Amino acid sequence: MTDFVAPAVDWAALSPVIIVLLAAVVGVLVEAFVPARVRRTVQLSLAVAALAGAVIAVAALWSGVEETGGTVVLGGSLLVDGPTLVLQATIALLALVSLLIIADRTDTGEDAFAPNAAAVPGSDYEELARRKGVQQTEIYPLVLFATGGMLIFPATGDLLTLFVALEVLSLPLYLLTGMARRRRLLSQEASMKYFLLGAFSSALLLFGIALVYGYSGSLRYSEIAEATQIPSGLDSLLLVGAVLILSGLLFKVGAVPFHTWTPDVYQGAPTPITGFMAACTKAAAFGALLRIVYTMLPGLAWDLGVLLWTVAILTMVVGTVAALVQTDMKRVLGYSSIAHAGFILTGIIALNEAGIVAVLFYLLVYGAATVGAFGIVWLVRERAGGHDESSPILGEATHLSQWAGLGKTHPLLALTFGLFLLSFAGIPLTAGFAGKFSVFSAAVEGGAWPLALIGVLASSVAVFFYVRIIVLMFFTEPAGAEGEPTEAAALAPSAEGFALAGDAAVAVQAEPVVQARSTVTTTVIGTEGFAVVAIAACALVTIVLGVFPSPVLDLIASVATFLP
Amino acid sequence: MHTLTTLVASLPSDSFNPASETVRAGVLLVAPLLVGLPLLSAAVLLLSGRRSDRWGHWLGVLASAASFVVAAIVFVTMLQRSADSRVIDVSLGTWIDAGAFQLDAGMRLDPLSLTFVLLVTFVGTLIHIYAVAYMDHDVDRRRFFAYLNLFVAAMLILVLADSYLLLFVGWEGVGLASYLLIGFWNYNTEYAVAAKKAFVANRIGDLGLIIALGIMFATFGAVDFGTVLSGADGGASEGTLTAIGLMLLLAACGKSAQFPLQSWLGDAMAGPTPVSALIHAATMVTAGVYLIVRSAPLFDAAPTAQLVVVIVGAITLLFGAIVGCAKDDIKKALAASTMSQIGYMILAAGLGPVGYAFAIFHLITHGFFKAGMFLGAGSVMHGMDDQVNMRRFGGLARYMTITWLTFMAGWLAIIGVPPFSGFFSKDKIIEAAFVPVDGAPWRAWVFGSITMLAAGITAFYMSRLFFMTFEGERRWSTKRDGSAQHPHESPKLMTWPMIVLAVGSVGLGFFLNSGGRFVEWLAPVLGHPEHEEPVLPIWVLTVLTLALVVVGVVIAWRRYAVSQVPVVPPVGTALTRAARVDLYQDSVNDIVLVEPGQALTRSLVYVDRTAIDGTVTGVGLSTVLLGGWVRRLQTGYVRSYAASMLLGLVVLVVIVLLVQS
Repeated sequence: MTDFVAPAVDWAALSPVIIVLLAAVVGVLVEAFVPARVRRTVQLSLAVAALAGAVIAVAALWSGVEETGGTVVLGGSLLVDGPTLVLQATIALLALVSLLIIADRTDTGEDAFAPNAAAVPGSDYEELARRKGVQQTEIYPLVLFATGGMLIFPATGDLLTLFVALEVLSLPLYLLTGMARRRRLLSQEASMKYFLLGAFSSALLLFGIALVYGYSGSLRYSEIAEATQIPSGLDSLLLVGAVLILSGLLFKVGAVPFHTWTPDVYQGAPTPITGFMAACTKAAAFGALLRIVYTMLPGLAWDLGVLLWTVAILTMVVGTVAALVQTDMKRVLGYSSIAHAGFILTGIIALNEAGIVAVLFYLLVYGAATVGAFGIVWLVRERAGGHDESSPILGEATHLSQWAGLGKTHPLLALTFGLFLLSFAGIPLTAGFAGKFSVFSAAVEGGAWPLALIGVLASSVAVFFYVRIIVLMFFTEPAGAEGEPTEAAALAPSAEGFALAGDAAVAVQAEPVVQARSTVTTTVIGTEGFAVVAIAACALVTIVLGVFPSPVLDLIASVATFLP
Repeated sequence: MHTLTTLVASLPSDSFNPASETVRAGVLLVAPLLVGLPLLSAAVLLLSGRRSDRWGHWLGVLASAASFVVAAIVFVTMLQRSADSRVIDVSLGTWIDAGAFQLDAGMRLDPLSLTFVLLVTFVGTLIHIYAVAYMDHDVDRRRFFAYLNLFVAAMLILVLADSYLLLFVGWEGVGLASYLLIGFWNYNTEYAVAAKKAFVANRIGDLGLIIALGIMFATFGAVDFGTVLSGADGGASEGTLTAIGLMLLLAACGKSAQFPLQSWLGDAMAGPTPVSALIHAATMVTAGVYLIVRSAPLFDAAPTAQLVVVIVGAITLLFGAIVGCAKDDIKKALAASTMSQIGYMILAAGLGPVGYAFAIFHLITHGFFKAGMFLGAGSVMHGMDDQVNMRRFGGLARYMTITWLTFMAGWLAIIGVPPFSGFFSKDKIIEAAFVPVDGAPWRAWVFGSITMLAAGITAFYMSRLFFMTFEGERRWSTKRDGSAQHPHESPKLMTWPMIVLAVGSVGLGFFLNSGGRFVEWLAPVLGHPEHEEPVLPIWVLTVLTLALVVVGVVIAWRRYAVSQVPVVPPVGTALTRAARVDLYQDSVNDIVLVEPGQALTRSLVYVDRTAIDGTVTGVGLSTVLLGGWVRRLQTGYVRSYAASMLLGLVVLVVIVLLVQS
């Protein structure tokens, strides 16, 4: 009988992950045992406390990691080093602000989620649940589980943990995507697509892991990195495996050609979830990608360089170009997130320390603007039957034409949204500029100046569609200002959006609101306050990091080294 | 002022350009309020909208007056300091910090800037008060006062700046305010066009300032007065300094309506009369003079540039005077005279140390008498149903006594009758112009004669204006509504500012000139002009000038007061006809600038349409096509998504393997 040696576990180093996952488990119990009356309060407090706790735990670990460079935990499965902590802090913070938007029930008293996700859309059962005012609180544990997976994802030290973390973060997201209160078929379709394509990419990743294991005999990044140094006749095994692993990760970040799910899912998911997904998933996936490229595959940098270059260029170009022809706000932001994935990739390709700092910084600033922007998209609603206060509030007014004149009716909101757009566009004095500047300068430093050049060109083209929205908000008269039915509003969510979503053509008939579209106007709903706090926080980050990026950049730079 | 004389008398002389001193505490720290108060008021007036219509104009007056009070406090403080410590820098913190270029924003308080500050705030306040009544019936009076305040703030930035860059900010600010105010009644297309013309002419001048800034930075690595002006002496080649000087002159020509950029000033009279008085007579148009005098060390080291300055001044001096003789529009005649008088100042500034102080001296007295006359013209228009054609005036002296008397003070001042203020300032410039220059004796004779001749012409056309308006018989037309004209005196709010300015027109010249007070006051900045003998004895010059003036007045008297003035302008000589259309300046502009410009524009448009648009449209089109293609890929079918992922993956694998092998 062999001696079993219990591994020495550094629990403290794991505390951010443990806090969030534990809270998620408790959340499930809360669902079962706490009376419905107080369930939401309990769930919300629990989730906020857990995420805040994770941030505090990261802060507590910070000085130790800054001194020692990091800890190897669980026999090398998890690596708690500088980039891990930065990413965990980013993810936890972004999840926290997203959670505030997710939790906000607005002054309509409804959150963004289906009263009974199991009910068939359009069925009596659903209608009954809606009328009884049923609201679900399972979303809180789901969000926490996803966040937990995201916290693990960039910290993984071996391929198997990587795969597990990927699934832990993905599965709740598939569910959350399908839980929209409005346009349920679109939402369920998006969920299905996300799940199928996600499963496909997971399979690719798993296959890649198998090939790499077959080549190197190990799952640990550091050991694989050593194995890549030794010449052998099986290079193609390794290369194909590496390409497959990278594809699995590139799928998660939404890089071309693995981006196809992004616009559909961003459009179909409940808007607060879209913000959460766009910001946090991207941070987690890029964190993992960064670690794999920097610690597992540096030996293949030259071979894989061409892949990453191709993907980065394609991503920037396709994201930008496709965004130009969109007419739906959520799809515009979806394609814009693809373009941003391309910009971040240039920072990864830089393969230097400046690249690490730039990518980590970019994820933070992009995430803040994204959560804020989707938060605002969620508040801009359609109202049936003109400007009458009593007429029912419908779903989000996502057609671009419905945003016309918003700057006049809701100047502050439009101004904030304009700020986020300027940040996406990378206009100086917004955080987006600092982010772009740092990734592009890292790319130039790393010798990838053609990428930086394409990035700058793509950014300048992208300015066009961001500014177009700003012009639309501030300098265009609201369509149908007199409450007349407008062509735009009538067309809005039905024709364009659904046609793009292909399969969802069926949904047009099933959506009961569509008939009433003839007198739809755009309005902005009030909130319970959570969403306002969250959006304001995002705006603040966008401005502060735009004007004074250096303290944060310096802070990140002080720990930007990977453990092997 | 008495203190000033005693202090000045006890001064060590020749403290030219002493090192400036930076204050960090004390009463001079109120200086930023000079700019801040009117700026704040302008912001309040513009942002509060119609809500402040009822009290907005008084806020404007208050802001300007408060700024004057601050100026007076600074002035008194300054007087208490010894002369060699009167150049003071008030730092306002770092403005631009870009690599090698670091610039602090700050204010340069010295006698030169303070002179301007006092003029701008004092005359400005009077004109604000006047405008309260003058603009009484205008629904947009609040906006008008906002712009006036904005102008005052910008002008103060211009003169208080401690670097050429900050000066440029004020320079653009006054240009903007001027544009807004000329086009204040922009529902009239002609006025809007006039505003645009002023704007464009000013832009050409601004280009000069920008280029000058560029050369300065390239040469000295800085654009603040301290570095540039002290570096002028030996820090740069004469060629460079000449280039800077000429570019600064171009800027001055734009702002001060000097040849060849003078054409906008006449049209600028489209603005409300208080604007003409404040901006296009007393203050903004003199900014060019300020710029040249402020850059004195640069020009001293670049004699060629100085000569060009003198030539430009001389040409404009005659040009304005000739145009002034033929204009029948009272405001345009005054505008021509403004142009001509600024020509005097520019000429004096070009003469070098011998003329700087007198240029400023004439600028101050001119600020008073010309503003007074403009307000008088406004008062006449007010009483005559906005009539501006002098051939339709006549005999108004009886009907508006105060306007008549105050205008007379301005008239006597501008034609240089002793002891009115214009006599002292203009006489000094004529003297200075007659001072011989080493190596070029012709200059003294040429420029001296021009200044003297222009004094005679000035006497003629200003007398013409005065007689046609106030003397002779009535030639009134009916009002626009058909009723008879009933000329009347203006309300007190309008007459009091005129009276105050008239007092200045009468006594200011004598007061500032006695004992060389003004020259001494400016000495810490401009140095002590060495007294040099003109080519003719001074008394001969004075007598000759006065004789020319008398001749001019007498001719005007015979033609416009005694004999009948035709209501319809006679055909006149070729020169008169030319002068009526500004000596064909607009036609020249058309031929020299507009038409080649339009040809260039047309060809550019052609190139733009065919080549650039073609490319852009091509790029745009292909982008949209590409977008459409990408969109078509986005079918919404999961199977096609998965297929595209797989295809993409296969391509990537193939690429990687190909590269590897």
